[in-house]
Amino acid sequence: MYDAPLRKTDVEANEIKISAKDVQVYYGDNHAIKDVSVELQDKTVTAFIGPSGCGKSTFLRCLNRMNDTIDICRVEGLISLDGEDIYDKRVDPVQLRAKVGMVFQKANPFPKSIYDNVAYGPRIHGLAKNKAELDEIVEKALRRGAIWDEVKDRLHAPGTGLSGGQQQRLCIARAVATEPEVLLMDEPCSALDPIATAQVEELIDELRTKYSVVIVTHSMQQAARVSQKTAFFHLGNLVEYGETSQIFTNPVDSRTESYITGRIG
Amino acid sequence: MPVLWLFLIVLALAAMGFIAGRMRVTTAGGVRPHSLPNYYGWNVAMKVMAPALLALVVWLLVQPILVDRQVTAGLGENAVPEGSTLGLVMSDVRRVADGLDTAVGRGLITSGDADAMSAADSNVRSLLGEAGVALGSDVSPEVLEAAQRYRAMNATGDFWRTAVVLVLAIAGLAWGIAQSHGSFRARNSVETGIRMILLAAASIAILTTIGIVLSLVGNTWHFFQIYPASKFFGSFTWSPSFGGGSELGIWPLLWGTLYISIIALIVAVPIGLFAAVYLSEYAGPRMRAWAKPLLEVLAGIPTIVYGLFALLTVGPILLTVFGRDGLGWMQAGTAVMTAGLVMGIMLIPFVSSLSDDIINAVPQSLRDGSYGLGATQSETIKQVILPAALPGIVGAVLLAASRAIGETMIVVFGAGAAARLSLNPFDAMTTVTAKIVSQLTGDADFASPEALVAFALGMTLFIITLGLNVFALYIVRKYREQYE
Repeated sequence: MYDAPLRKTDVEANEIKISAKDVQVYYGDNHAIKDVSVELQDKTVTAFIGPSGCGKSTFLRCLNRMNDTIDICRVEGLISLDGEDIYDKRVDPVQLRAKVGMVFQKANPFPKSIYDNVAYGPRIHGLAKNKAELDEIVEKALRRGAIWDEVKDRLHAPGTGLSGGQQQRLCIARAVATEPEVLLMDEPCSALDPIATAQVEELIDELRTKYSVVIVTHSMQQAARVSQKTAFFHLGNLVEYGETSQIFTNPVDSRTESYITGRIG
Repeated sequence: MPVLWLFLIVLALAAMGFIAGRMRVTTAGGVRPHSLPNYYGWNVAMKVMAPALLALVVWLLVQPILVDRQVTAGLGENAVPEGSTLGLVMSDVRRVADGLDTAVGRGLITSGDADAMSAADSNVRSLLGEAGVALGSDVSPEVLEAAQRYRAMNATGDFWRTAVVLVLAIAGLAWGIAQSHGSFRARNSVETGIRMILLAAASIAILTTIGIVLSLVGNTWHFFQIYPASKFFGSFTWSPSFGGGSELGIWPLLWGTLYISIIALIVAVPIGLFAAVYLSEYAGPRMRAWAKPLLEVLAGIPTIVYGLFALLTVGPILLTVFGRDGLGWMQAGTAVMTAGLVMGIMLIPFVSSLSDDIINAVPQSLRDGSYGLGATQSETIKQVILPAALPGIVGAVLLAASRAIGETMIVVFGAGAAARLSLNPFDAMTTVTAKIVSQLTGDADFASPEALVAFALGMTLFIITLGLNVFALYIVRKYREQYE
């Protein structure tokens, strides 16, 4: 029934990493997210699926307070990371974003060399004491981004000169270089061809061993391939959240069933 | 026929052509025409106007030159009296010819009388005096004869002009109407016409620039023939004396220009750039709505007002601090520092508004990427946005530099008039532009090196700013390719 067999899903034992309760998001007068409550597990890939404009990207951006950079956006409710409210006054959003990394829809390498792109986060956060340590961090991140072999001979070439798939993997390497605990991915493969998509998906599965990964995707096959848990959003509501295998084979809500069988969306 | 009438007739023919072309297609019936009816109308109007008006313009430009040349050639050697020049005689000829035209126009004499008149049997001077044309001396027979030839040639020229223009217009009308049937692609034809109009506009701009350069080159060449280039570029003294024997070395002026421009840029670039960063990255929408127009008001102040500001406000303030009562470095209110500061203020909106556009053009995805890694706003600006915007900012700075180098009024008021090579920014100095003004506004003989040097100075300045602009464009283009 699916392109690839579903991965093993014994994730119920993993502890809760991020918990959201009654989250509301407003863009000006527009109520974009309504009463969303969800618990995301550590060392698990969680997919957010749903039709365009259903609020899945908006909700994702709440998890590291990226919405703070949009003036008209207002977030209500409780979102906590490891039990701490991330919207608390005492939390510095800049520090939070170092812990909750993000990869965007369009690959956005900085106009710097490949090395400087990856070293950007570690330098800002002072993760390396000297050049040798920084070199090590960069190499480790590029290896984890599955791009080391392709770029090791041209670390000082501009990152913008890479191909689309390489750029996206560079951005993933850049995000993991700051040692985040959670990695948010907003449609990371939407601009990539099938081969690059396969490479990134493989990478996501490897990242699961260390991080909690949340991925927004339009492709239901992709959600089925890479995730263990799936959340279905519709018109700003979280309709259904559960094990990926259960959502795709035996959805509880009729709207979920309509969406995954292609009748709405 | 007067030119205005001719022009109106061509327009009327074009309007007729528009209606006729339209009607011919709409009333034809049968297959659906290729283009909308208006296109057929415009096609005919275009075919009427374009050749006829082009011929009219060319004729108006060429006829006076040809007639002048013919009449000059016919004047002969002895027509030019002692102590006069050919140019002065020709202007007499033109005045007499105009006077005869006026006299005929008022009915004082008939056209035939004017042609037959000879200097011996009638008093041309008093006749023209009645017609309102005052002449300095009696009209010599040669001049009168030349004036009559001048009139005759112009009359013939005018007749043929009218004939040619009308024939072209009518031929265009016939051609256009003949074309107006359903299968003709009038839409494409109009498209070509529009492209030609746009091309003409672009060519006029370019040709004017070339004309300006040529006029500079001619006079510069003239200057270097009477004053050696080695002294102009090699001497460190600028001391023009209109009695002759002056030394015209460019270096003191060039040094003044560069010194003042550098001070202006030191003031304008940091302030302008920081203002741009604040406005585009930090300011809220309400602050932006107020601050941006206010900053741009600065750009609308005429430079002469800045000059007054330098003379009346900045100079005296600097003098109280650095002058004889203060640190004692400054002799008078006019100094390099005064002009440089005020010019810097003038350039702030220039730098900030260009940089603001460039910073806003940096894609939001780069900002998101940096914030997503846990960078603060200033880290993002310093490490991501400014490097990405750098080529554009360098371009903006170089454009500001060309403006500073070409600025005149602030220097005239703020920097003084002494051409000297000095390192003290509180000394009075002067610039190339200010000296161009003072060399050409005196009553010096226009053929003397002291006046012609202005063109050599202007040419040098033009080449410097041209070089800067080309360099700025090169930088902007080179790096833009890399990031997009």
